[in-house]
Amino acid sequence: MHLDHTHDGASAVSADAHRPDGARRALRIGLGGPVGSGKTATVAALCRSLRDELSLAVVTNDIYTREDAEFLLREAVLPPERIAAVETGACPHTAIRDDISANLEAVEDLEDEVGPLDLILVESGGDNLTATFSKGLVDAQIFVIDVAGGDDIPRKGGPGVTTADLLVVNKTDLAPHVGSDLGRMAADAKAQRAELPVVFQSLRTEDGVAAVAGWVRERLAAWTA
Amino acid sequence: MDGVNRMDGVNRMDSARRTGEVGPVGDVGRVNGVGPVRDVGRANGAGPVDGAGSVRGADPVDGAGPPHGGTPSADGSGPGRPSRPGGAGRAGRLTTAGVRATARIAARDDGRGGTSLPVLEGEGPLAVRRIRSHGAEARVMLVGAMSGPLGGDHLTVEAHADEGARLRVGSAAATIALPGQNKGEARYDVRLSVADGGELHWLPEQLISAGGSDLCVSSRIDLQGRARLVFREEQVLGRVGEEPGRLTSRLVVRLDGRVLLDQELACGPGAPGGWDGPAVLARLRAVGQLVVVRPEFADHLPEPRMLGEHAALAPLAGPAVLVTALAPDGLGLRRVLDEALRLLG
Amino acid sequence: MSRAALLVLADGRFPAGGHAHSGGAEAAVKSGRVTGAASLEDFCRGRLHTAGLVSASLAAAAALGADPAALDAAADARTPSPALRAAARRLGRQLMRAARAAWPSAELEALAREFPKGAHQPVVLGVTARAAGLAADDAAYCSAYESVSGPATATVRLLSLDPFDASAVLARLAPELDRVAGAAAAAARGVLDHGVDVLPAASAPLLEIGAQAHAAWPVRLFAS
Repeated sequence: MHLDHTHDGASAVSADAHRPDGARRALRIGLGGPVGSGKTATVAALCRSLRDELSLAVVTNDIYTREDAEFLLREAVLPPERIAAVETGACPHTAIRDDISANLEAVEDLEDEVGPLDLILVESGGDNLTATFSKGLVDAQIFVIDVAGGDDIPRKGGPGVTTADLLVVNKTDLAPHVGSDLGRMAADAKAQRAELPVVFQSLRTEDGVAAVAGWVRERLAAWTA
Repeated sequence: MDGVNRMDGVNRMDSARRTGEVGPVGDVGRVNGVGPVRDVGRANGAGPVDGAGSVRGADPVDGAGPPHGGTPSADGSGPGRPSRPGGAGRAGRLTTAGVRATARIAARDDGRGGTSLPVLEGEGPLAVRRIRSHGAEARVMLVGAMSGPLGGDHLTVEAHADEGARLRVGSAAATIALPGQNKGEARYDVRLSVADGGELHWLPEQLISAGGSDLCVSSRIDLQGRARLVFREEQVLGRVGEEPGRLTSRLVVRLDGRVLLDQELACGPGAPGGWDGPAVLARLRAVGQLVVVRPEFADHLPEPRMLGEHAALAPLAGPAVLVTALAPDGLGLRRVLDEALRLLG
Repeated sequence: MSRAALLVLADGRFPAGGHAHSGGAEAAVKSGRVTGAASLEDFCRGRLHTAGLVSASLAAAAALGADPAALDAAADARTPSPALRAAARRLGRQLMRAARAAWPSAELEALAREFPKGAHQPVVLGVTARAAGLAADDAAYCSAYESVSGPATATVRLLSLDPFDASAVLARLAPELDRVAGAAAAAARGVLDHGVDVLPAASAPLLEIGAQAHAAWPVRLFAS
C-alpha cells in the first residue's frame, strides 16, 4: 500500500515509481548470482559503458561490509559518492528480499545526495541459486552465473535462473578450459526460461558487456517512456 | 569495618582528625593521588567477586519512577540542607540517620585578571581549602571527604563558576564509601554550575566503593552559553581483594537547560543483573568518565576514537565529548583519562 | 485494533532492518567476552537492564503520546556513542517505512516528516505501537525483547551457537523481561507529568565502548 506523495521530506514507503516531490525516480536493476560469478565485474563494466550517457549509482550488499564497494572504488568506475554499501548482517539474501528497508534507504539517499539519477544498480552479495530481489526493491533483475561454476546450472534451474529478467552466462572465454558446453547451457536455459533473454559474455573481450548494456538501455527506455 | 570506628559525632566534626583516625582506610588517601591508587586497585578483576553470578535473578528493575539519585531539580540544590547551630558553623548535622553536610564554592572574576572565591564553605566531613592559584584559575581542594560517606550520610558539594571565573576543584585523596552503623544508603550529591563565559575543572580523586557500602551519587551540571567544563569521575569497585559495595551513580549535564548527557551506572550486590558481565563491566574494577564541554566544539567536534581496548572518546549530540573508560584498577584508569585530556588539548 | 498486532510488530521477520545489527554482540564475540550460551546470557541480561530498560521506557512513553522530539533528545543524551546514535536513527528510519505500510497514521506521517533521516528506533517503535492500537506496556515489551533477541540471533550466526541454546537463553530471561517492561512502562507514565528527565538512564560502558570499536573495523558482519 502506497501512501500519497504530497508530503515533503518523508521518504516513500516502498517501490513507488515517484519520488516524494513527484518526480520519476531512477530505474533500479538488481544483479544477483553465486559467489565469484562476476557480478561485481559486470557492474564495473556496466558503469564504464554507461556512465558517459547516464547519471548512475551503485548499491552493494556485501557479506563482509564493504569489499565489493571498495573494489568499485579502487577501479574508479564511479565517483565514491555514487557508490553505497549496505551492511547485511551475514544475510545478503535477507537484505534484498525479505527485509529491503536498508537497501531502499540507500537508493533513496543516493537520489537525494547525487541525484537526479537515471539508473541505480543494486548488487547482491554472492549467495546461492535461490537468491532473488524483491519487487519492492528493484524494477528488473539480472542473474549472473559463469561457465566455470558448472554447465549444469541452467538445467538445475532455481528462482534466479528461471525468473530473472536477464540471465547472464559469464566467463565464456573459460569454457574450453573447464570443459563447459555452451550449447548445452543455452539449450537448458531456453528450456527453463522460455522467452526470457539470455546473454553469454566474456568481459575479457573488447566491450564484452555491450549486450547487457544494450538490454539495460532498453529497460531504461521503457521505464522513462 | 576494618577497625574504623567513625560514628563518634565529635570526631566527625573535625575532618582533619577524622582523616587521621581512619587507620587502614587512611592509607589509601594521599594528596598525590597516584600512590594510593596502586593500593586500592586490583591486579585483575578475578578476585572473589562474582557479581554477575551472585546477583542473577535477584534484582528488581531499578529505574521505575524517579531515580533514587534524585529527580533532576530545576534549582540543582540538594534537599535537606542542614541547619547549622550557632557557634558550630563548620559542623554538619549528625542525625540518627547519618551526617548531613554541604560544602559550597563560588568563583567570580575578580576584575584584575584573577578569580576570587566569595563563597568557600565547608561543613562537617566536607572541608574546602583554597590552594595556590594558577594564572587566572583559582584552585580549591576538597579535604576530608575522603573517608566518607557512610551509610545514611547525605553529603552535598556545590560549586559555581560565574561569568569570566576560572575554577579548578580537586580533592586531597580518594573518597571511600563505607558501610555505616545504620544500613541506609548514603548519598553524595554534586551540584555544579557554570555561567556563560565561566570555566570549571572538576577533577577529584577516585571514589572507592568498599564492601558492604551503599552509595548513591548524583552529579548534576548546569552550563550556560559559552561555559567551559572538564569533569572527571572515577569509580573503583572495592578495595584490594574485596567485593564492592552497592554503587549507583547518575550524571546529568545540561547546557542552557538542554540535556547533553544523562548516564547512570549501577553496580555491586543488588544492582540489576548483568552489571559485571560482558555488556557492562566484564569484571573490570575501575570505571571512569571524562566530560569536556567547550563552545568551540559547536563548530568542530573531535572525531570519535578508541583509547586502547576499553576506552573510547565519543562526541556527544552537542558541543561536548565524553570519554568512557574501564580498567582493571584505578591507576590504569587514570592513565587513560589523563591521555584523553592531553589529546583534547 | 487488535493486541495481536504486537505479534506482528515483535516478529523478528518484520522488515525493519534488525537482521543487520547484532546489538553489540559482534564486538563482544570478537573481544572474547561472549563465547557461548552462558556468556551470551550474561551479555543479554546486562543489555536488558541498561540499554533495554532505557529503550523500553522511551518506547512506552512514545506509545503514551509523549512528545517524540523530546523523547528523541532524551535518547540522544542517553546514547553517548555516536555509532549507537547513528544505528538507532537508521533503524528508526527503517522501522518507520515498515510501520507506515502496516499501520498508516497521521502521527507516523508527522514523525517521518520531522525526522526524515530517522528518529531513535524506540521512539518510532512507540509511535508505531500507538498507531497499531497497542498500549505502553506492549511497546515496552517489544523494545525490551528486541534488546535481547537481536544479540541472541546474531550470536547464533557469529559463533554457530546452537539455536536451541540461544532460544533457551531468551526463555530464561523472560521473568526479567517482565520486570524491565513493567518498570519501563511505569517510568514512562511519569513522563506525562514530569517530563523526560524521569526516564531511566542506565548505561553499559562496554556496550558504548564496544560500539565505537566496532564502527572502526574495516571488516565486519553486522552494521552495529
